[in-house]
Amino acid sequence: MRTILHSDCNGFFASVECLYNPEFRDKPIAVCGDADKRHGIILAKNEIAKKFNIKTGEPIWQAQQKCPELVTAQAHYDRYVRFSKLCREIYSDYTDNIEPFGLDEAWLDVTGSTLLCGSGKEIAEEIRHRIKHELGITVSIGVSFNKIFAKLGSDYKKPDAVTVITKENYKDLVWKLKAEDLLYVGRATQKRLNQLGVFTIGDLATFPLELLRKNFGKWADILHSFSNGLDFSPVMKSDEVSAVKSIGNSTTAVRDLQNFEDAKIIFMVLSDSVCRRMREQGFKAKNVCISIRNTELFTITRQTKCERATNLTNDILKICLRLFKENYDFDKNIRSLGISVSDFVPDSISHQTSLFEDETNIMRLEQLDSTLDKIKNRFGSKSVRPAKLMFDRNLSGFSPKEEHTVHPVSYF
Amino acid sequence: MKQYVSVTAKFDPDGNILPLTINWDDGRVFDIDRITDVRYAASLKAGGAGIRYTCRIKQIEKYLFLEENRWFINNEKE
Repeated sequence: MRTILHSDCNGFFASVECLYNPEFRDKPIAVCGDADKRHGIILAKNEIAKKFNIKTGEPIWQAQQKCPELVTAQAHYDRYVRFSKLCREIYSDYTDNIEPFGLDEAWLDVTGSTLLCGSGKEIAEEIRHRIKHELGITVSIGVSFNKIFAKLGSDYKKPDAVTVITKENYKDLVWKLKAEDLLYVGRATQKRLNQLGVFTIGDLATFPLELLRKNFGKWADILHSFSNGLDFSPVMKSDEVSAVKSIGNSTTAVRDLQNFEDAKIIFMVLSDSVCRRMREQGFKAKNVCISIRNTELFTITRQTKCERATNLTNDILKICLRLFKENYDFDKNIRSLGISVSDFVPDSISHQTSLFEDETNIMRLEQLDSTLDKIKNRFGSKSVRPAKLMFDRNLSGFSPKEEHTVHPVSYF
Repeated sequence: MKQYVSVTAKFDPDGNILPLTINWDDGRVFDIDRITDVRYAASLKAGGAGIRYTCRIKQIEKYLFLEENRWFINNEKE
């Protein structure tokens, strides 16, 4: 049986800000994006702010209505990256099987270390104690025999706590939890489960699998195995790089986009970043997806297949603009736009040449892109830019590739 | 308020860093007589985290923190 820990830094961004600003510690505090750049949402909050029902992702003004004395702190990503690294250094004293899930969470497989360092609970207690004293922030840790239950354990009691979920007690602990606490049960799934009379994880675990399959297709088996503790997915080693499945960037523009030309400027910057990242990884994509969010915060996403796999900035841009034109008519102004590409093939693979396209021209464009990449890597993203971006430097003045931050990716 | 200070330190060939003196803004220099403990620690009073040196300066124990590449002193013992 495996011993797996899931460690979750409690209110990570807010805890780090509280550490650096002792005067905030006993006040409700929320870490926010930059309101001037219109990124003014709550990114994290401390335990006191949680009591006011302040939610991650809501706008600052809304949070301040719930709690007028709320202290808002600017985000310092360099600090969070440093503390995340320091946490991982502590974890690495116990195992090399560390799989980060965003900056503030990680799974640790300590099966092989239990003879040396003590039981899962002992290791978890030691990690909790060390992070508290060495880094000044708190973690909650779940100990269990699979990743899913370990994650539930870290949510079970917080902050600064260790919860052990064993094969003996999981029915008492896990099965009483609400179904939506399970990884991959979002709002939509929860609603459909509730309609079937499934409210707790225990209901889900004992629900007839056949009936579940009829409602959820292949997800039924996943939900069934998760809720019964039959998740066998391994904890990735920290030096294993998981295969990249998609690359994307999105941005909230500094002002609302009112026409096609505005949108084009944003798409140009985004496609440049996405394609550069794709070329860095040595991929070509066959699938392009755009997301559009209007001022009412209503989002649509549209995707299309490419005729041939490509990583040319110009190709991707053209596809995005075509998708955009076909699917948006500016009945409302736009707040944010995004591009993501997926369905990768290695760029070294040979491909069927087209009968009607000029292949030498494609090769020339590829060379052009790779030369531009070299210049940008050396002198910065803004060293060579399309002249169009100069029309509105305010709007085009962001560089997603450099400002890119790591967010939790899909569990699979 | 957290106040960073100027420190004179010795870097030994193994890569260890040992602070020797603390140099005050007004020109006074305090010798560190002994270092009794070195460990990673957070400073909740001053706000920060790094390598904590427990230093004896003229019979008084003080915590001196090395946070990345800057030094600060914790005024009270925690």
